[in-house]
Amino acid sequence: MNGYLQIGYAQTAIAGLLIIANLGLSAALRLGLGRRLVIAALRMSVQLLLVGLVLEWVFSLENPLPVLAMAAAMTAIAGVAAVNRTQRRFAGVYWSSLVSVTGAAFFVTGLALLGIVRVDPWFDPQYLIPLLGMVLGNTLNGISLSLDRFVESLVQRRDAVEATLALGGTRWEAAHDQIRDAMRVGLIPTINSMMVIGVVSLPGMMTGQILAGAAPTDAVRYQIVIMFMIASAAALGAFGIVFFTYRRLFDDHHRLRLDRVRKVAA
Amino acid sequence: MLSATGLGRRIGDGWIWRGVDVELETGENLALIGPTGAGKSLLLRCLAGLDAADEGRIAIDNKPLDERQMPAYRARVVYLHQRPALWEGTVEDNLQAVFRLAAHRSKGYDRSVAIRWLQAFDRDAGFLEKDAADLSGGEAQIVALTRALSVEPSVLLLDEPSASMDATATEQAEELVARWVAEAPGRASMWTSHDVAQVERVADRTLTLDSSRATIS
Repeated sequence: MNGYLQIGYAQTAIAGLLIIANLGLSAALRLGLGRRLVIAALRMSVQLLLVGLVLEWVFSLENPLPVLAMAAAMTAIAGVAAVNRTQRRFAGVYWSSLVSVTGAAFFVTGLALLGIVRVDPWFDPQYLIPLLGMVLGNTLNGISLSLDRFVESLVQRRDAVEATLALGGTRWEAAHDQIRDAMRVGLIPTINSMMVIGVVSLPGMMTGQILAGAAPTDAVRYQIVIMFMIASAAALGAFGIVFFTYRRLFDDHHRLRLDRVRKVAA
Repeated sequence: MLSATGLGRRIGDGWIWRGVDVELETGENLALIGPTGAGKSLLLRCLAGLDAADEGRIAIDNKPLDERQMPAYRARVVYLHQRPALWEGTVEDNLQAVFRLAAHRSKGYDRSVAIRWLQAFDRDAGFLEKDAADLSGGEAQIVALTRALSVEPSVLLLDEPSASMDATATEQAEELVARWVAEAPGRASMWTSHDVAQVERVADRTLTLDSSRATIS
């Protein structure tokens, strides 16, 4: 089996009519979502069409530099987006997120490209870009969940954390519960999705490969590899951000430095 | 025993207090008084090393505070928060958990000692089984004070330690601290309180914080 039915721009536009269901419901129930819905639908279409063009261009160059530039841009956007989903920030939080997401995603994707899928040449964008993209999306999620929970629980449980410090506890002893909690929150979505995958949900990449004509058993093996990549990258990313945040919000004199945190409207 | 010279704390452009000297002698109970917003809690937190001072120095037993050894210092100079913060679990969990900190691991929890502290507040062993989350504000302050005493500190920095206690418990807390200070050499306490009568009862000496400097009377 090979090949797939191509969809033209006209057919794509027809699919856009499906959004009328949302608009109708929004109007009938006075949800007030009509405007945002239209903007979201337009953004989604424009962003994807542009990405399609950029990808085709990058694919045609057969040169590692544009591929890496694109990977770097995707990673930077993921690093910023992870922070922007949280409400409490501190100086250096964007750098912490960028380093965490870059370290986790590049390490795991690199390992998969070179060691597991064994792509030749290593920068082949047909593999590098989609694999990195999927890893980034999930790492971003893990990082923002862990970051949000860690800072939030330090603020909420400030008295208990400081009580430990005031009684002679080290910063590690004082932050330990919050660190564990933040790591758990960051890792739960990956574990949950591994639990139900294939039973409740059919993952997008696997369905995509099947639609493109791949044998289901082949597509499934790819998906398993991806899930392991996602799981480890999300864990590494969450660990990275929690570590940097810990170093930033507890100083060398074992003081809790919530004065470095400010709240922003998300 | 605990001394601070020329302490100053700034928030934004203004000084909360500046040029504050504190000299806490062994066996002494010192009261820190001043209007609301004078920064009494901030000064105690500074002395406990929980906040950094913007100027000045702190010494214990004539040795300057070594900031790299902060946990060891805080194990000796224990600050009690105005709002007592207990950890999750029962009262006994709270009294026990403190001995899992590296700074106190060598000492070990002794149930009979804990009960003896609680008896000063007319609480018996049954009180140990209570869930910390179910305690009243005054009871939580009792547990926090007991927890602090149990680690055998040298200095207790008490920030409104009886603000949520009833009259009986307040009196018992005052007695307990006074007895603890007098019981062995090398102990001292420092209090803040809104209650003028309490200050007169507990203090050997007072330190007044006003907007920019501190005076000792």
